[in-house]
Amino acid sequence: MGRRRASQLLAGYRQFLLGRPTPSSHEQSISGSYWKLNTWRPCCMFRVSVGTPQASNYLNLGKTYAIKQRSFGSAATDIPRNPAFSNLNADDISYFRTILGERNVVEDEDRLSAANVDWMRKYQGSSKLLLLPKSSQEVSKILHHCNSRKLAVVPQGGNTGLVGGSVPVHDEVIINLASMDKIVSLDKINGILVCEGGCILENLSSFLENEGFIMPLDLGAKGSCQIGGNISTNAGGLRFVRYGSLHGTILGLEVVLANGTILDMLGTLRKDNTGYDLKHLFIGSEGSLGIVTKVSILTPPKLMSMNLAFLACKDFTSCQKLLLEAKRALGGVLSAFEFMDSHSMDLVLSHLDGVRSPLPSSLYNFYILVETTGSDETYDKTKLEAFLLRSMEEGLILDGVVAQDINQSSSFWRIREGISEASVKVGAVYKYDLSLPIDQFYGIVEEMRNRLGEAAKVVGYGHLGDGNLHLNIMTTRYDSDILAQIEPYVYEWTSKHKGSISAEHGLGLMKANKIHYSKSPETVQLMVDIKKMLDPNLILNPYKVLPQSCFN
Amino acid sequence: MKVMVAVKRVVDYAVKIRVKPDKSGVETSNVKMSMNPFCEIALEEALRIREAGAAAEVVAVSVGPAQCVDTLRTALAMGADRAVHVDAGAAPVLPLSVAKILKALVQVEQPGLLILGKQAIDDDCNQTGQMIAGLLRWPQGTFASKVVLDKEKQVATMEREVDGGIETLSLDLPAVITTDLRLNQPRYATLPNIMKAKSKVIKKVTPAELNVELKPDLEVVQVAEPPKRKAGVIVSSVDELIHKLKNEARIL
Repeated sequence: MGRRRASQLLAGYRQFLLGRPTPSSHEQSISGSYWKLNTWRPCCMFRVSVGTPQASNYLNLGKTYAIKQRSFGSAATDIPRNPAFSNLNADDISYFRTILGERNVVEDEDRLSAANVDWMRKYQGSSKLLLLPKSSQEVSKILHHCNSRKLAVVPQGGNTGLVGGSVPVHDEVIINLASMDKIVSLDKINGILVCEGGCILENLSSFLENEGFIMPLDLGAKGSCQIGGNISTNAGGLRFVRYGSLHGTILGLEVVLANGTILDMLGTLRKDNTGYDLKHLFIGSEGSLGIVTKVSILTPPKLMSMNLAFLACKDFTSCQKLLLEAKRALGGVLSAFEFMDSHSMDLVLSHLDGVRSPLPSSLYNFYILVETTGSDETYDKTKLEAFLLRSMEEGLILDGVVAQDINQSSSFWRIREGISEASVKVGAVYKYDLSLPIDQFYGIVEEMRNRLGEAAKVVGYGHLGDGNLHLNIMTTRYDSDILAQIEPYVYEWTSKHKGSISAEHGLGLMKANKIHYSKSPETVQLMVDIKKMLDPNLILNPYKVLPQSCFN
Repeated sequence: MKVMVAVKRVVDYAVKIRVKPDKSGVETSNVKMSMNPFCEIALEEALRIREAGAAAEVVAVSVGPAQCVDTLRTALAMGADRAVHVDAGAAPVLPLSVAKILKALVQVEQPGLLILGKQAIDDDCNQTGQMIAGLLRWPQGTFASKVVLDKEKQVATMEREVDGGIETLSLDLPAVITTDLRLNQPRYATLPNIMKAKSKVIKKVTPAELNVELKPDLEVVQVAEPPKRKAGVIVSSVDELIHKLKNEARIL
């Protein structure tokens, strides 16, 4: 099932599971039974991580972990609410009602509880208000008011982020762009698409495919994520190796600043060297510098022939060599190069329905997915098969299959795209998204496996073509002891090997104080200066991205 | 014993098809083409029969334009031993013509078993298997959901899916079997097999060489999309509902 449908169902289940959220859940002690056992319902899709001693006895889990105050696990330490922020009052709410209308000012507990929790159910806020603006003017009025009243806000899109950047930490007002989902225009000759920030990626892809174009990015969350969110987080995804970063494909943005100013940088020109190119500040700023309300993006033409191969390699060195060979042999037609280890394959096969391995899974250590996209099917297929057979003769590949039709291609992709979904079903997942030099790539996975032993399942997979590793560590529940084993070791290891602690997921809340592992103090200081200049009251997505200490 | 499998090159099952503006057919240029899913199942069954030792050779056959060779390559990559391409030109070939061609090929190759998909997903005719069984006067088992071959007795026992349930038939070989969805799950084309396929032979013949005259007995007059479903209407009262049922739907 698509992520969108899954999120909708999850929202429904959440109302059973979470009950009625209390205002300061972070400070509430467990003995008050925040998790009431009689409201716990077994979820048919997602296994619940329940953190009370009663629950763990119920589930016969034997060893009970020491329960901390926080019922949701997270890497962030307890963050006090910034006293400079005002509290929402009735006047604010009636003002929002006059600008947005009754229906788009949401105080309903059930809808709020869904908007307050992230996709991994790792972070939970306590916002009392969800706003659904329908236009940039409405966003501008909301922000202007919040800025003058010093009300903190969280811009929210599809809420599929993996670092807690899309949900409130305390009672920030949630501004969700879901109602701004219109496609404004498509230049059919150049493939330049202009649309609003709340458009869902999959909808944009379907629309474009009808017109002979595709989106330059594709990710597992496409059924739920919004393009505004993709831009604010500079999403990478599966097509990155072919089409590059959003910094290259975004031609223009319309952004609303903290004080309500609508910054119109919505150019549709490929080249425009007039002054400083400010849109790059907002791409990847994770909603902390402005809210992206309109997007102008260059979409590549849809190419007819797609070929996909699912390969097995003996060790990681072969995977590296294969990547080099692929880039040489397949040149311009290579459109994806993904890798996953045998543990990821086992995870997917055991937790997802209707998935079968194309190759006997117990025999191989690593799997590679190679995709080519070009305009001539026979030519590309011949090129791909020649490359694969050569690699097999050289011993780089142990075995492999080539998809013969679209159904087979979809089922190969399902395996790779399903790892994230499957990882959530184990219970609790700690996700790390690292950029590492190619020869160090798999080292961290083996290190963590040694470190954690039986306590956790460790899988590694990712965009090998971009040097981006996704490290997932799964346990039955979020636990601070396990967390202490993982962090800061992972960050220090990455920093030591000159990698990035966040290749594509961003810093969000999870890594808000960790930027120094990858950026110099002077760089961080300039970022802080820019933030203070664009958002002096610090109302946009507070407590995230940059270290708290910089603002005291 | 030889097993012959007929495969067809069709528009890929996952593609959203569009009707050509002149309504003469479905848009097939610039559209992904693949082996008919039921033909894949037929081929998989033939390969399993060979692997079980009941047959010595699997021959894949396809009737159509030059690009059919791609489909036959897929068949070889899955494990077929040989392939035959009957080049019938670009015009679509209808089931009766295909049946006549296959009859001629069967008389040349002398297989003990002919397996086809129950129908092609582009025309949904479900006729070729039955027609060729009639032309050859061979027993036929259609909509097979299970096939077991007995080599010594030269008998095929098969289960077929019918409206009332599952019917079990026993066919004396040589026979024609057409495959249904639940018979098996086709294998993927693995690299070692793709490598082996490069040295396998695809023989090309024309209908003339087989002494078959392709006379189209059907003419496609028009192909049109089904009418779009109208959106539902929410009525505000029972009276309005009755009014609409009486006057617009005319069922009261």
